[in-house]
Amino acid sequence: MKHYSTADKLVVGFAYVYMLVFVIVAIIPFMTIISTSLTNEQYIRANGFDLFPHDLSLAAYKFVLGRGSTILNAYRVTVIVTVVGTLISMVLTTMMAFALSRKEWRMAGPISFLVYFTMLFNGGLVPWYIVTTKYLHLYDQLLALMLPYAVNAFNLLIMRSFISTVDNGIFEAAKIDGANDAQLLVRIALPLILPGLATICLFYAISYWNDWWLGLMLVSDRDLYPLQMVIRSITSNISYAASNAANSSIAAAAIPKEGVKMATTVLTIGPIILLYPFLQRYFVKGLTLGSVKG
Amino acid sequence: MRRTVRFIATDLVKNKFLYLLAMPGLLYFVLFCYLPMTGVIVAFKEYRLDLGIFGSPFNGLDNFRFLTVDTASVLRVIFNTLFLNALFIGIGTVLAVLTAVLVNEIRLVIFKKITQSLVILPNFISWIIVSVFAYNFLNTDSGILNGWLQGLGFSPVNWYNSAGLWPGILVVLYVWKTVGFNSIIYLAAIAGIDPEQYESASLDGASKIRQMWHITIPGISKTIIILLLLAIGRIFYGDFGMIYGLVGDNSLLFSTTDVIDTYVFRALRTLNDVGMSSATGLMQSVIGFVLVFSVNAAVRRYDKDSALF
Repeated sequence: MKHYSTADKLVVGFAYVYMLVFVIVAIIPFMTIISTSLTNEQYIRANGFDLFPHDLSLAAYKFVLGRGSTILNAYRVTVIVTVVGTLISMVLTTMMAFALSRKEWRMAGPISFLVYFTMLFNGGLVPWYIVTTKYLHLYDQLLALMLPYAVNAFNLLIMRSFISTVDNGIFEAAKIDGANDAQLLVRIALPLILPGLATICLFYAISYWNDWWLGLMLVSDRDLYPLQMVIRSITSNISYAASNAANSSIAAAAIPKEGVKMATTVLTIGPIILLYPFLQRYFVKGLTLGSVKG
Repeated sequence: MRRTVRFIATDLVKNKFLYLLAMPGLLYFVLFCYLPMTGVIVAFKEYRLDLGIFGSPFNGLDNFRFLTVDTASVLRVIFNTLFLNALFIGIGTVLAVLTAVLVNEIRLVIFKKITQSLVILPNFISWIIVSVFAYNFLNTDSGILNGWLQGLGFSPVNWYNSAGLWPGILVVLYVWKTVGFNSIIYLAAIAGIDPEQYESASLDGASKIRQMWHITIPGISKTIIILLLLAIGRIFYGDFGMIYGLVGDNSLLFSTTDVIDTYVFRALRTLNDVGMSSATGLMQSVIGFVLVFSVNAAVRRYDKDSALF
């Protein structure tokens, strides 16, 4: 540790420089959208995007959050889907993971395999789409943005291994004291795996928040578009801004088009960025655990 | 068969609470995974909306006829899927391992923690957001890259119109979004290497580079090989979220970016061709299935504990 040769010092120095560069590359795109969202539209049109804000202006945010705003509505949809969806997912996943972790249950193995198999093979897009829309009638409704993601096989198997780490002796002792299976789950297992629960909960919440696949496939009603879908339509469809302008009183020409894209993006990733410093340790932990075979 | 039924019947009574707990989750997998799996027969049917998957009449291999008609574009889509995935796997793995090996040399804990949590941040945003980032840099009139190019005296590039550049652009974006996150898996593997190996190596006067090459890399080679094999097992599956999120419906770029998954999606949603899209999807599933199984057999031979099943 003490006597580094010159070559070793170079290697270690390179490691620091490498990570610094990596960090800069990782966060520059975030900076550019925040800067652009705060830059006056005229400046953007004249000078292009930049890494730093110029001619500070909140016009884009005012437009995005204005009356009859598509984005506010999409925010509501995304928040509902994230909260309710995560709740459904956590309840179903925890219950099933607990059952599958019981070593005395002989069906645990076969059912775990059924779950595992879905990670390796699926019927493909078309049968999934037909089953979901035609047989389960999940189209153009809020549930369509949640139920298809209700249980994630990977999260379920991680959760099962979390619960398996609880010493079986604790369960046995509780059983002798007269605890039933429900009490084993709620009173004993859950408190012991709380950090694991937090990690899985975050994984679910992030995937609901970030999802646009279900919005793309199963929703055509624009009032049910989640945030990510709204961004998609703004970026791929310029007429969006004009149609939104009809609702507000701003003339179409005055719409800060580029600013609107960026402001919407900032508002969409805002919660992730703001919560990230407090939650990142759970992500790192969950990932290391996830790399352990389920 | 009868014994199985009897076993389940008695087990249902004995462990009814566990069945009750597992039931909603199991129902999910039946409805959203296994029911669609049986639905793959639609590839051999002339699908009619009113008759559904199971009521529609069979039409033999009619749905596969487009393969002979449109061979060129099918081959192109398969090539793109394999080529792009090979680039992602190769470059992504090398950079993730390099990152992990270098991070491992950093002793300043606070620096390590902060930089690590910042480089995995891109993993937690969607490809749609990444497409806005890309737009910020690549947009022809006001994009940052063209600004730089012009500043250096070059003429601006019409990025969204230059299909040949997109494999490179996709690799850069893929690396940007995933390498930090993936490096953590390798870092966890490095943490499992016995520290005594390093101590005795430095007593013998081995340089850092030699230690990396002779201790760290061999120490995590098992993890590298297994993750590589698993990725190869999924090489026929394109990342729909990534490709469609970034390229969308920009047909100018299809020649180098269209993968099987986006092709199937378009066949279903734009052309409304259930037969053709389900036939393509079925072929992809079958090839993918065979590949996953063969790769798993390979992993099992290499290291039994790491096999998937």
